[in-house]
Amino acid sequence: MASSGHGSGRQEAADRRLRLIAGHLHPRIAASECKAEAAESDPVRAKTVPKRRQEVMKWNGWGYSDSRFLFNKKGQAEFTGRRYRLGGLIFPSLKDWFESTFGANLQHKSPPTAALNSSAITPPNLNEPFLQDLKSMGIPHSLEAEDRVFRAHGHCLHEIFALREGRFGRLPDMVVWPNCHDDVVKIVELACQHNACLIPYGGGTSVSSALECPPDEMRSIVSLDTSQMNHILWIDEKNLTAHVEAGIVGQELERLLNESGFCTGHEPDSMEFSTLGGWVATRASGMKKNIYGNIEDLVVHIKMVTPRGVVEKSCQVPRMSTGPDIHHFIMGSEGTLGVVTEVTLKIRPLPEYQKYGSVVFPNFEQGVACLREVAKQRCAPASIRLMDNAQFQFGHALKPQVSSIFTSFLDGLKKFYITKFKGFDTHRLCVATLLFEGDREKVLQHEKQVYDIAAKFGGLAAGEDNGQRGYMLTFVIAYLRDLGMDYYVIGESFETSVPWDRVLDLCRNVKERITRECKERGVQFPPMSTCRVTQTYDAGACVYFYFAFNYRGLADPVHVYEQVEHAAREEILANGGSLSHHHGGMALHDEGSRWGTSAGIWAGARIRF
Amino acid sequence: MDSSAQYLMLSRREDFRDILEERRTSSDLSHALKSFTRMSSRASPPCSVSTLNKTVLESQHLHYIMQEVSKDTGEPLEAIREEAAGILEEMSQNLQLGYIRFLGFILSKVFKRLFRKINVNEEGLQRLQQAMQESPVVLMPNHRSYVDFLVLSYLLFTYDLSIPVIAAGIPLMGMQLIGEILRRSGAFFIRRSIGTDKLYWAVLSEYVKTILRKDFAPVEFYVEGLRSRTLKSLPPKLGMMHMVLEPFFKGEVYDISLVPISISYDRVVEESLLAYEILGVPKPKETTMGLLKARKVMDEDYGNMHVCFGHPLSVRDLAKGKVNRKQYNLIPRDLPMKPSESIHAFANTTAHLVLRLQQDNMVLSPWSLMATILMQNLGGINLKLLTKQTVWLKWLVLDFGALVDWPVQVADSEVMSSGLSLHHSVVRCEGDQVLLAEQKPQRGAAPEEAVFRRAVAVLMCASYRNQALHVLASPAMLSVALSLAAASSRADIYNLYAFLREMFYNEFIFIPDRTGQDFEEACSLLQKCGTVQIINQNIMVTDKGLSVTSFLTAAVEPFIDAYQVIFRYICSRSVQEFTEKQFISGIRTFTLNLILTGEVKSYDVLSSETQKNALASLVRLNALTKKKREEQTYFSPNKAAIGRTADILAGKIAPQARTYSRL
Repeated sequence: MASSGHGSGRQEAADRRLRLIAGHLHPRIAASECKAEAAESDPVRAKTVPKRRQEVMKWNGWGYSDSRFLFNKKGQAEFTGRRYRLGGLIFPSLKDWFESTFGANLQHKSPPTAALNSSAITPPNLNEPFLQDLKSMGIPHSLEAEDRVFRAHGHCLHEIFALREGRFGRLPDMVVWPNCHDDVVKIVELACQHNACLIPYGGGTSVSSALECPPDEMRSIVSLDTSQMNHILWIDEKNLTAHVEAGIVGQELERLLNESGFCTGHEPDSMEFSTLGGWVATRASGMKKNIYGNIEDLVVHIKMVTPRGVVEKSCQVPRMSTGPDIHHFIMGSEGTLGVVTEVTLKIRPLPEYQKYGSVVFPNFEQGVACLREVAKQRCAPASIRLMDNAQFQFGHALKPQVSSIFTSFLDGLKKFYITKFKGFDTHRLCVATLLFEGDREKVLQHEKQVYDIAAKFGGLAAGEDNGQRGYMLTFVIAYLRDLGMDYYVIGESFETSVPWDRVLDLCRNVKERITRECKERGVQFPPMSTCRVTQTYDAGACVYFYFAFNYRGLADPVHVYEQVEHAAREEILANGGSLSHHHGGMALHDEGSRWGTSAGIWAGARIRF
Repeated sequence: MDSSAQYLMLSRREDFRDILEERRTSSDLSHALKSFTRMSSRASPPCSVSTLNKTVLESQHLHYIMQEVSKDTGEPLEAIREEAAGILEEMSQNLQLGYIRFLGFILSKVFKRLFRKINVNEEGLQRLQQAMQESPVVLMPNHRSYVDFLVLSYLLFTYDLSIPVIAAGIPLMGMQLIGEILRRSGAFFIRRSIGTDKLYWAVLSEYVKTILRKDFAPVEFYVEGLRSRTLKSLPPKLGMMHMVLEPFFKGEVYDISLVPISISYDRVVEESLLAYEILGVPKPKETTMGLLKARKVMDEDYGNMHVCFGHPLSVRDLAKGKVNRKQYNLIPRDLPMKPSESIHAFANTTAHLVLRLQQDNMVLSPWSLMATILMQNLGGINLKLLTKQTVWLKWLVLDFGALVDWPVQVADSEVMSSGLSLHHSVVRCEGDQVLLAEQKPQRGAAPEEAVFRRAVAVLMCASYRNQALHVLASPAMLSVALSLAAASSRADIYNLYAFLREMFYNEFIFIPDRTGQDFEEACSLLQKCGTVQIINQNIMVTDKGLSVTSFLTAAVEPFIDAYQVIFRYICSRSVQEFTEKQFISGIRTFTLNLILTGEVKSYDVLSSETQKNALASLVRLNALTKKKREEQTYFSPNKAAIGRTADILAGKIAPQARTYSRL
């Protein structure tokens, strides 16, 4: 059977995947306190995210405390720690790219406040009866300032910027750690009974302000941390499904399933930290959705605790047609309707073979035309992404130092071939990165098909390395933002979903709008305004924008940032794009009907529940 | 403040430089052969003419229309496609630098003979260059003379800027050789009456839009649609306007710059034709022979020409808050779509704004000021008095913000005599008297013949008055309102002003939905020069202001008289409906009789332009109903409404009150 039949190819693939995504978590792991688990050891338990996350992770930035970019004494960029393959490597061209792209200077630093000053934090507004009942039930909780601060934010720019400056808004008044579904039912009942406010907290990677506590909330706010609910409760090999607790972190879910020879194939960029429940609540999308589907395609069953009881279907079936699908109310509700506690997901046997690839196009227009054709022929690989020129340059700046002269000689040769021999303009060319998955023969066949299409649009195969580095960028970009913030550079990403015929116009106009808005608002140096097409569909594509600028000389950089981002989103809508493809954005809709999208009705839903 | 208001407030101080000065001292040949580098830093390199045409023919938009037409007519798609290719071939330009050089050489020679100076505001050209680097550019000059046609290309060539492609009427194409030269100099040809020819519209609009999308070249077109025979701005035509705006609305380009350009002439080359044309004698067909015969035109002196490049208008700026671009999201973007009401209103307002900015940057010659005075003294005027009044008028229009080409360090008397001698075809001096130069009718000719000859002379002079009229129009409307109003209350006067503005909407070109602002501006202009006092919501003419208001009223009186005659004529007829043709011939006879009996003094009523404008006004005011039947337009009058309108215009009754937001 699958669990015993590890082919060497499969094992290799699994190892490679693991290496790519992340190293292992810090060895110091808090002891499990799940009562349910004590009784039976059958469910597979993930390595638990500690309750005191700040011991492993940054309280005012992205990711693990030991992993970060910095400019060393020689002015070279390096990445610290040993969790990632990049750990300890030097990036020789990052400094020049950084300084010339942003007009930044290593002499001009903007470091964060060093440590969290607990005394500066307002004491919790406690709901005593709630607290007493909670204590009597023995559900773990904390009133500590550090725990509360950690759960008061997601990773929006304004949230991180405020933390770095040591500014705190309204915080949750306490944190609770339910161990299982039943705990959540009890907590929600108590909250209803004692009129407390609950905010579900999973991986804390939200970029839609969904974790922000409403400043005018008078009730006691309780952050419901799902991190201890991280078991795979069962795996159904006949139906290829797995029933999993919603607090499990992406990389752990994949690791555990891999051990049994399975995977979900759901890989959002945040999968190192984001949780299953979070994916469901935000309608997440994974990098390999072309094979495995987005979260709405993966979910078979959801259990959600609401103030009026538990919502779930009575069966675990592939499809049903009795009225609107309740799952579609839950997915994208961003924690406003209830707490997702358990999910049944489709699983697949681990793929036998995986291969990266990349294609260089003479310009972005040709690249988009190629992606459109690939989508039309429905032959998209597991992942296909097209970076614009600025992002290609960015990716280039992240090339680690090469040890052998031979490699750099080869690089030079490749460059010569593409620019001189093929006549590509280095300031216009762009790169598509590819990831193929499946059995070996089919992958090779598939690969040929895609490269043939690319050739029709002037695309040249550019090797596996470039492809792999492209995907790596996704995982390190959030770490890079912290580096930028050390030197007066702030930035963020946002994404949209757009019909094919508007992709080019939307990309051009949004980038241009960002550049012009920055200039109008007194940003001294032209911003980095870049995009990539990250997903293809039959009827359109997902486009991801990165936008960053040097804020020296600005009185209120975050405000400027938000104005520009708002303008950019307005431009997206005017060009036929959506507010979001997968980040979520009920908070955006909540800004009122000024966005003019039909999703305004959700604001109403939030009030009723 | 909305952005159109901002554009209206931009500085109008312009410094001009004569480009002919250099041409007179250095070789025209080396000018024509100079190195020309298209200064455009924007991304993609320009495509070839054939690629451009291919893109148009293969466009999805055209494909949709061809399918539709094929379904409507039952003809096979292939035939329709060939027809479209034929239309495109007839239309398309074939811009070649070699021909621009050739033309540059010829034009250097011609311009030096015709004009003393061609003055250009170089700052405007710098702004244009900047605009060209940022987004596709649409050049929107006024159209007063055939000379307009190539002068811009000549200037842009001289200043190393991208040569435009120019929308031209198809008659120009018919000229042997010249048509082809124009085509290769960037002209593309549009049929005069396209009507409902769906396929033609589609090819034309796709052609224009593709040029903008690809930023192939700046697009130049006359928003007035045709050459103004009256030398007054014509109401804008919106067809081309819609075409150049759409690529922005649909997000196909980030922005589009509209550049109003004002071309003003001391003396218009085809001046003698103008009066005949507006009197209804058809203009000669454009032929190459005709052009050669016109060579004697070359021996005349036409004084100075001014070309003023206005501030580029960003369509994105103008559309902010006015156009919701999301309306294009819910249908395929290439599918033909009727412009929504908001789009239509925006195109209309923008076209009017461009016209207004063209007017603001027109350079008035001393002569057009003289012509304005002369029009109030058709019986002749003493030269000293004319000088005094012209100088007075100069200060008045300067107060009103006009640009005047009044030479400094030259005695006023010399300016006057130079103007008079330049326009010997319009005026003559008899001793101290300045009179209109009017051909004596042959002995024994019918009295109508004498009226006609008189009309030619008056209307020629009127054309030059018209060059300055836009400066006076709004304050003149206010002056008329002040004289008609029963009381001095601001509300009453505003009502009358608004009524007059509606009445003369096509005559003087006002920007829609700016009645309130225009009223305020007119008030403050008259207040600034001490003509009126505004106390407690009352507007009163001061003692010394009386001369100004009566002058301004007199300036527009011929139009008021003309409209009254037209109203009278329509009310006097017993028919239920009439065509424009019937109306024009009928009103001519009616007026001739009135002029012969001395009852009517205004010759403007004989102008077919005035007649058409009056009809359009009555339609706007719902006093005429326009109906289309069998390719023919019929008007049926509501005589009671026309009578009321006439009574208001005569000050007998007050217009209906309207709300005034800024009171």
